[in-house]
Amino acid sequence: MSSIALKYPKTGHGGSGQNPPVPGGGGDGRGGSGSPNYGERLRRARLGLAVGLTPVAMLFVSFTSAYIVRQGLPTLDERTNTYVRDWLSVSLPVTLLVVNTVILLVSSITMELARRQITRQAALAPVKSIPGVSVGNERSFPWLNITVLLGFAFLVGQWLAWRELGDRGFYLATSPSSSFFYLLTGSHAAHLAGGVIALMVAAITALLQRPVEARRIVVDVTAWYWHFMAVLWIYIFALLWFAR
Amino acid sequence: MATTHQIHAHAAPEGFIRKYIFSLDHKVIGIQYYFLALAAVFVGMFLSLLMRIHLIWPQAVLPLVGEIKPETYLSLLTMHGTIMVFFVLTTAPQGGFGNYFLPIQIGAPDMAFPVLNMLSFWTTFVAFVVMIAAFFVTGGAPLHGWTGYAPLSALQNAGPGEQLGADLWITSIAIFCLASLMGALNFITTTLDLRAKGMTLMRMPLTVWAWFITAILGLLAFGVLLSAGILLLLDRNLGTSFYVPLVVVNGQVMGHKGGSPLLWQHLFWFFGHPEVYIAILPGMGVASQLLSTFSRKPIFGYKAMVYAIMAIGFLGFMVWGHHMFMSGMSPFSAFSFSLMTMAIGVPSAIKTFNWLGTLYKGRIRFQSPMLYAIGFVSLFVSGGLSGPFLAQPVLDIPLHDTYFVVGHFHLIMGVAAIFGMFAGTAYWFPKMFGRMMNEGMARIHFWVTLVGTYAIFMPMHYLGLAGHPRRYSQLTELAYLKDLIPLQTFMTYAAFITIGIQLVFVFNLFWSMFKGPKASDNPWESTTLEWSTATPPPHDNFGGVTPVVNHGPYEYNVPGAPRDFTMQTDPAGVTSH
Repeated sequence: MSSIALKYPKTGHGGSGQNPPVPGGGGDGRGGSGSPNYGERLRRARLGLAVGLTPVAMLFVSFTSAYIVRQGLPTLDERTNTYVRDWLSVSLPVTLLVVNTVILLVSSITMELARRQITRQAALAPVKSIPGVSVGNERSFPWLNITVLLGFAFLVGQWLAWRELGDRGFYLATSPSSSFFYLLTGSHAAHLAGGVIALMVAAITALLQRPVEARRIVVDVTAWYWHFMAVLWIYIFALLWFAR
Repeated sequence: MATTHQIHAHAAPEGFIRKYIFSLDHKVIGIQYYFLALAAVFVGMFLSLLMRIHLIWPQAVLPLVGEIKPETYLSLLTMHGTIMVFFVLTTAPQGGFGNYFLPIQIGAPDMAFPVLNMLSFWTTFVAFVVMIAAFFVTGGAPLHGWTGYAPLSALQNAGPGEQLGADLWITSIAIFCLASLMGALNFITTTLDLRAKGMTLMRMPLTVWAWFITAILGLLAFGVLLSAGILLLLDRNLGTSFYVPLVVVNGQVMGHKGGSPLLWQHLFWFFGHPEVYIAILPGMGVASQLLSTFSRKPIFGYKAMVYAIMAIGFLGFMVWGHHMFMSGMSPFSAFSFSLMTMAIGVPSAIKTFNWLGTLYKGRIRFQSPMLYAIGFVSLFVSGGLSGPFLAQPVLDIPLHDTYFVVGHFHLIMGVAAIFGMFAGTAYWFPKMFGRMMNEGMARIHFWVTLVGTYAIFMPMHYLGLAGHPRRYSQLTELAYLKDLIPLQTFMTYAAFITIGIQLVFVFNLFWSMFKGPKASDNPWESTTLEWSTATPPPHDNFGGVTPVVNHGPYEYNVPGAPRDFTMQTDPAGVTSH
C-alpha cells in the first residue's frame, strides 16, 4: 500500500523532484502551505472535464444535424433526371449492438465502483500513514482492470459489428446511411479508446508509487468521462435506430 | 486526462529547453504564440503583396512563385486567408496576449493545466508547419479559398492544388481545431477556478472578460469545424458523399452521389461566424482597457460592456446563414438570419458608445498604446458600418461576390483586430520584456499604418459598388473593369507603403527588446494586477505573494483617492468608490 505522509509531500511533479519544497506560497497561491491541495485539484480537473466534454458534445451535435439533414435530402437521379429519395435504411446488426450496449453499461458500473473504491482509499490514506495505525486489510477488488477489459470488449464488439455490416454489403461509401453509421460509431469508438488509454495510464501509475490522491484524480475524471461515453452511446444507438 | 496530476505550481525550470522551448510557463507560451503569429503574419502579408502586384502587373514574373496563373492566384488567396484567420487573428490576440495576461490579471500563478497549455501551443505550431507544407507538394497549395467550399474542396481532381495540398490544408485545420479546443478549455477553467481572493467576476478587467467569452466561442465552434473537416477528409479520400453531389469533372463522372455542398457551408459558417468574434473580441477587450487607462477615467458602463460582450458572443451563433444568402436559401430563413445579424448592431453600438463616453472629458494621454486603441475604435466603426448593409439579403446578393465584402471584412476583422494587437503590444511590451518601446517609431508606424490601411481597404467598397468581382486574377479582359484599374493601382502602392512600414514595427520590437530604456513596474500608471508585480513578472507571477483584490479594474481619478489611479490590490477603504 502506498504510505505517503501528507505533511511533507514533494511539490515538484514532472521531473523537477530534486527541488526543495518552496515554503509558503509555493503551492497554488491559495493555501500557502506548500502542500498540493488534492481537493482543489480534483475540483479543477472535474471542471476541466466538464468544459472539455462540451466540444465532444458539439462534435456529435454537428454529426447529428448533418445526419438528419442528409436523410431528408432528395438526390438527382441521372437516368430519369428527377429528384428521388435515396436514403437506404441500414440493416443494423442489432443483436451485436445490444450485446455491446450491455457490455458498456456494465463497464460503466464497474467504473463507478472503481471510482468509489479509490475515493475511499484516498480518504483513508492520511490515516494509514500514521505509524502503527491499521485500518484493516481491505482486499481491493480490481474494478479498474475489469473496466479496462470491458472497454476493450466493447471496442472489439464494435469492430465485429462493422465486419457484420460489411458482410451485409454496407461499407463506408455504400450509401449515405452507412457512411453515417460508420462515422458515428467510429467517432464514438475513438473517444472511448481515449478513455481506455487514460484508465491504463491510471493503472500504470498505480505501480509507480504515485500518491493515491493523485491517482484518484485521474480515475475520478476518467470515470465521469466514461459515463458520458455510455450516455453518448445510448444516444447514438437511439439515433441510428429511431432515425433509420 | 493524464495531465491533471500536473499541478500549476510547478517549479521554475532550469535547462534551456524546459525554459524556452517546452516551457510550462504561461508567460513563455504566450510569447511563443505571439512570435508564431508574427511569423505567420509576414507570410500572409507577402502573399497579399504578390496578389496586389499581380492585379496591376499581370504579366510580371514574381520572386518565389514565378508567373502567376489564375490558379496560382487562387492558391495565394486561399493561403493568405487561411494563414491570416487561423494563425494570426486567432493565435496572437487569444493565444498570445490571453495566455500571458489572463492568469496575471486574475491573480493566478499559472494556467489551470500547464501541460495542456504547452501541448496546445505545440499543436498549433505543427498545424502551421503542415499548412506551410501545402506550398511545397505536387500541385501546390489548394484553390478553394479559406472557406473551403465543396465540391471544389472535396474532389482530388478539381484542380491543381486540390490533391495533396488540399489534404494538408484540411489536416492542418483539424490539428488547429484540437489546439484551439485545448486552449479554450484551459482559459475557461482558469478564469472560473483560479481567480485571486476578491477577484469577483464583476471585478475582472474587460480584457479577461473578452478572452473568457472568446474561449467559450472557440469551445463551441471549433468542434463543429472539426466535424466538418472529418467529413471533408472522408469525402476526399474514402469515397463517401457527404458534400459531393453527382458531379462531372473534365467529362468524367465522379463516383459521388447525393451529397450536399450546402451542408459544408452550414457547418463551416456555424464555426465561421463565431470565428469572426474570436478574432475581434480580444481587441475589444484591449481597447476598453487602454481607453480607460489613458483617458484616466473609469470605463464608461463597465457592466454594459460585459453584457455587450456576452450578447455579441451569443448572437454570433445565430447568424451564420448571412454568409449564405447567395445559396438560394428560403427567404424566411434569410429574413430571420438578417434580423439576428442586425441585432448584433445593438451590443456593438453600446460598446462604441461606451468607448466614446470613456474618452469624453478624459485627461487623455496620447501615448502610442492609446493611439493604437483609438485606431481600433476608428477601424471598428468604419468596418462595422458596412455590416448592416451586407446583413440585408436584398443588398448582399448584388454585393456578396464583390470587393465590397472584401473591404468590409478586412477593415473590421483584419485590420481592426491587428490594431488591437498593436495596442496590446505597445501597452504590455514593458511588462513582457522589461523595456519600453521607442515612442517615435511607434508613432510613425501608427500613422502610416492607419492611413495606409484605409487607403487600401476603403476604395474596395467603391470597387464593390461598381460591380468588381472578388477572386478574379485578371482585370484586363472585361471592359467595365478597365476604368477601375487606376484605383487598383493606387491600392497596390498603398499596400507597398503599409507593408513596408511594418518593418519599422518589427525593428522597434526587437531593438527595444534589447536596447530600450528599462521599464518601471507600472509605466502607464494602470490599475490591473499585472502592473502590481515585478517587470518582467517572476516565474509564479507574484513572487510568492498571493494578491488580494479590493477594487474594480478601472478606478481612475476616484474622488478622495491619494493618486489618480487605484490599483486593484490597494487596501480597501482608501477610496470612497
